[in-house]
Amino acid sequence: MTTLTASSTGSRGSRILGVLALVGAAWLVILALAISPADQTQGELVRLMYVHVPSAWTAYLAFALTAVGSAMYLWKRSQWWDLVAASSAEIGVLFCGLALLTGMIWGRPTWGSYWEWGDARLVTTLVLFLMFVGYLAVRRVPADPHLRSRRSAFVGILAAVDIPVVHYSVKWWRTLHQQATVLSTDFDPKIDDLMLFTLVFGMGVFTLTFLWLLVHRFRIAWLEEQVDEVALADAIRERRSEATETALAGAEP
Amino acid sequence: MSDWAYILLGWSVTGGAVTLYALRVVVRGRILSRAVPEDRRRWTS
Amino acid sequence: MVRDAGLIAAKDLRVELRSRVATMQVLPFALLVLVIFAFALDGDQTTLRTLTAGLYWAAVLLAAVLVIQRAFAVESVDGIRDALRLSGLRPASIFLGKAAAIAVELLVVEVVLAVGVVVLFGSTLRGWGLLVATGGVAAVGIAAAGTLYGVLAAGLRVKETILPILLLPVLAPVLIGATRAFGAALGDVAVDGWSWFNLLAIFALVYGSMGIVAFGSLLEES
Repeated sequence: MTTLTASSTGSRGSRILGVLALVGAAWLVILALAISPADQTQGELVRLMYVHVPSAWTAYLAFALTAVGSAMYLWKRSQWWDLVAASSAEIGVLFCGLALLTGMIWGRPTWGSYWEWGDARLVTTLVLFLMFVGYLAVRRVPADPHLRSRRSAFVGILAAVDIPVVHYSVKWWRTLHQQATVLSTDFDPKIDDLMLFTLVFGMGVFTLTFLWLLVHRFRIAWLEEQVDEVALADAIRERRSEATETALAGAEP
Repeated sequence: MSDWAYILLGWSVTGGAVTLYALRVVVRGRILSRAVPEDRRRWTS
Repeated sequence: MVRDAGLIAAKDLRVELRSRVATMQVLPFALLVLVIFAFALDGDQTTLRTLTAGLYWAAVLLAAVLVIQRAFAVESVDGIRDALRLSGLRPASIFLGKAAAIAVELLVVEVVLAVGVVVLFGSTLRGWGLLVATGGVAAVGIAAAGTLYGVLAAGLRVKETILPILLLPVLAPVLIGATRAFGAALGDVAVDGWSWFNLLAIFALVYGSMGIVAFGSLLEES
């Protein structure tokens, strides 16, 4: 085990998480694509929901964690929370993008178009996606680490504050002047038990995957900070030895 | 396209993207790990 | 606090009046956006008239990005930011002052654009109470959020590109709400415009109070 861990971001905990997520993913594929029945209204296409809904759930979870991490950073000033926020945001953008893509792929055969502005949740998710792409952009700007952390934390919090406003505005935007349409993606509350189980199971598997990715992504972010510190320490040591060498009047050949 | 084509497309896009991202994370982690002395990687102990 | 905010706002507005950047560049830009819309929509006055509310607010938003960038470009030269920081003024006052100046400039842009849509699109303005109220509260909301993101972006080397990508998604509710309220006032859509006015007011309130609380540490850092 130690030989493995020596040069990777894995640990015993992350490996258990990873194995669970993999086994879960295999089961999810079987459950969602083979065992669970077709929906009465959506037909086979309901099988897309088992990746779409968990992706969206994971994205929202990740962004919520970014907001929490940002707030905690401002409160505690700990690098740990800053790195959690950063790692979580990146994975959130990935899953948010996937939720949008699978939503479009589902929309094409269902609505006849990839995009439907009448679907408030889809539009809110798009705005959210763009906000956190902006967050990642801010993180990428080279700056003093503390400044960057503080700035990013504010961007994260300001974005999170806007989410409810965006959601309600988009919702009223449509419902205030249009009748509720067939476009509603709401799940029938009386859906089949196995379908509901598959959906919840999918959310569980995606959450495990998210946690696994988060652990590794966090460790990368942490290592990046260490690399900078090690480089700095090396540079200082080099300078010192140079200084000693000059003091010894070129003892080295 | 049939419904199944859309379903498989959606699943493979999701699976592919997550797998690629996971690989990128792991590989990058290995490269970085080599650059950092072991005592600075808390999770190894 | 209000008096200090007034000082800052007066200073910013005086700078704008003297330098004429706002009048010679931002206002023409706003009108240019209307012209671009007219070209894009094939110069069809009927289409332009029906879409007046949306096009108007899209133009306001694009001009707002310039106004905000300008408001912080003024600060970045000659170490004025440090002077502001050391001036002993409370950060909340600085925030309110800058936001007020931006709001006033936005109101000017809005008036010019209103004349613009009447002249260029042949739109008829009515429902004045709602129009004026919406224009005012939207300007305050945009100014509050814009001041926050403006100071965030001001310290960055890539500020010109980072400000729009941060600010425009956040302003999405303002665009939707103001467009709906205007649509209601102009009689294009049958919705309750005042409930949209309330949404805009909430937006302005949220970002206004965030600014009063957070501006200090944002100003300090960049």
